[in-house]
Amino acid sequence: MTFPALSVHMQHPREGFTLAVDFDAPAGLTVLFGASGSGKTSVIDAVAGLSHDATGRIAVGDQVLMDTAQDLHLPPHKRHLGYIFQDARLFPHMSVAHNLDYARWITRRPKDRTAFDRVVEMLGIGPLLSRRPARLSGGEKQRVAIGRALLARPKLILADEPLAALDDARKGEILPYFERLRDESDVPILYVTHSATEVARLATTVVALDAGRVIRQGTAAEVLGDPGFAPGGLRDIGAVIEARVTVHHPDGLTELDAGGLPLLLPRVARSVGDRLRLRIAAQDVILSKTRPEGISALNILPGTVADIRQGDGPGAVISLDTAAGRVLVKLTRRSVQALKLDRGTSVFAVVKSMAVAPGDVGGAAR
Amino acid sequence: MTGWLGPQEWQAVALSLKVAFWATILSLPLAVIVSHALARWDFPGKQIVNGLVHLPLILPPVVTGYLLLLIFGINGPGGRVLEALGMGIAFQWTGAALAAAIMGFPLMVRAIRLSIEAVDQRLEQAAATLGASRVHVFATVTLPLALPGILTGSILGFAKAMGEFGATITFVSNIPGQTQTLPSAIYSFLQVPGGENEALRLVIVSIVVAMAALILSEVFARRLAKRMEGT
Repeated sequence: MTFPALSVHMQHPREGFTLAVDFDAPAGLTVLFGASGSGKTSVIDAVAGLSHDATGRIAVGDQVLMDTAQDLHLPPHKRHLGYIFQDARLFPHMSVAHNLDYARWITRRPKDRTAFDRVVEMLGIGPLLSRRPARLSGGEKQRVAIGRALLARPKLILADEPLAALDDARKGEILPYFERLRDESDVPILYVTHSATEVARLATTVVALDAGRVIRQGTAAEVLGDPGFAPGGLRDIGAVIEARVTVHHPDGLTELDAGGLPLLLPRVARSVGDRLRLRIAAQDVILSKTRPEGISALNILPGTVADIRQGDGPGAVISLDTAAGRVLVKLTRRSVQALKLDRGTSVFAVVKSMAVAPGDVGGAAR
Repeated sequence: MTGWLGPQEWQAVALSLKVAFWATILSLPLAVIVSHALARWDFPGKQIVNGLVHLPLILPPVVTGYLLLLIFGINGPGGRVLEALGMGIAFQWTGAALAAAIMGFPLMVRAIRLSIEAVDQRLEQAAATLGASRVHVFATVTLPLALPGILTGSILGFAKAMGEFGATITFVSNIPGQTQTLPSAIYSFLQVPGGENEALRLVIVSIVVAMAALILSEVFARRLAKRMEGT
């Protein structure tokens, strides 16, 4: 019998509503995605065993963490977790080295110098080892917190908005570590966020929550490519496509291959041949009925209109099928009428190279 | 210093230090446990425990002393048991230490409880997710972070024990060399005509000891704070 890597079927009474969340996730990184107040933190705290009034059944592989039907509720310290908190939560009275070593020390495992050194190296925190947490920057704290969680030899890694407290530069510094975790370890990861960028880059599976219910589940491309899905408001929508790095041009641009279509982006820090995902925000795409010529935008993706969704406002979201995958485009209703767009209409999507935010590029596709 | 203080005064000072030291050391572990229980646990009768702990602070010390006499006096139930074990405390310095410990207990618990409540529970949760049982969380996170408050509580308890008068004199009387602590000695000297000088010298000693305790705790507290800031 095979078990899902992570199985969550839980209820939790909350003020105003009862949270009822059910999902089974495969291996890899599962993102719990939703606006604040949607119940993400209640779910992750129930998985960690930090919440006392959650009921239901939660299992990691064949290990049941909680099953109220069997009156089973493992305390947090027996769940073999690595929990990365938004606020790092390093122990202020211990050095960085002792923080990293805490889980091993408290469970009286023998020292494992190799594992310790490998994690320290991967996170680049060697120079910090003798410092106290009070002397670390936000990004440094978060890297130490990741290391501390990894060195607990977890069977499940939990991360609760680990980047939310950091500025954009620091986010860009930490995101790749989560990509590596996802791609290089077999430990399932449950990652909470309200950022579409993080979903696009990290998620193997997305579980979208709203008002305490699962409203969508699927891959990042499926969920973010769904024009009816905009938990963070229409501003936030944008499809995810996968591409492979083909050439780094001397003028600072990187050429990608997305399902046979060439894409030019500002320098991507990846090697030729690497696969990655990029998120194209729906508001950064324009449509043309004929192949545009003499314009500055470098990326032109031919495709056909698969769906048109009109909201209550002046806007509409067009789903476009291209060789690179599903692309979402936000237009005004007036443009939709002017272009006589309909299902099956052939169009060209134009994406400015510089419009793709660096934060939206990365992450080897798993 | 023996030249400056008479033998009776010296005895009183030494006895007070001994009484205060043991009263503080022996009640500290219990104070930490009770403080943790009051700060973090939910159990039936919590308010009753809280009330009992604070009772000596509110009751007249004479009443506390008399209750101790009823229970641990030679004819009291507790007293008989201790007597049978050869550990009688009535009219002994150990009795003075018990009285001082009970009087100082609420002060200790108040300071320690506040510092435990101030420990970020999110750090305790983090420790639990890393594999620490409740006892381990307490020993490795809560206790070290509450250390400044535990130190303050100990100093307060020690100072209270040095100065305890009402309960002590009621419970173990005022026997020079056995139960005559510093405050009892000051009181005795003031009862005899011409004893003002002796009393004044002891008052000076009291002030010096109290100041020393305060300065010592300040030094420790700074060291602890420095350790947190790190290098």
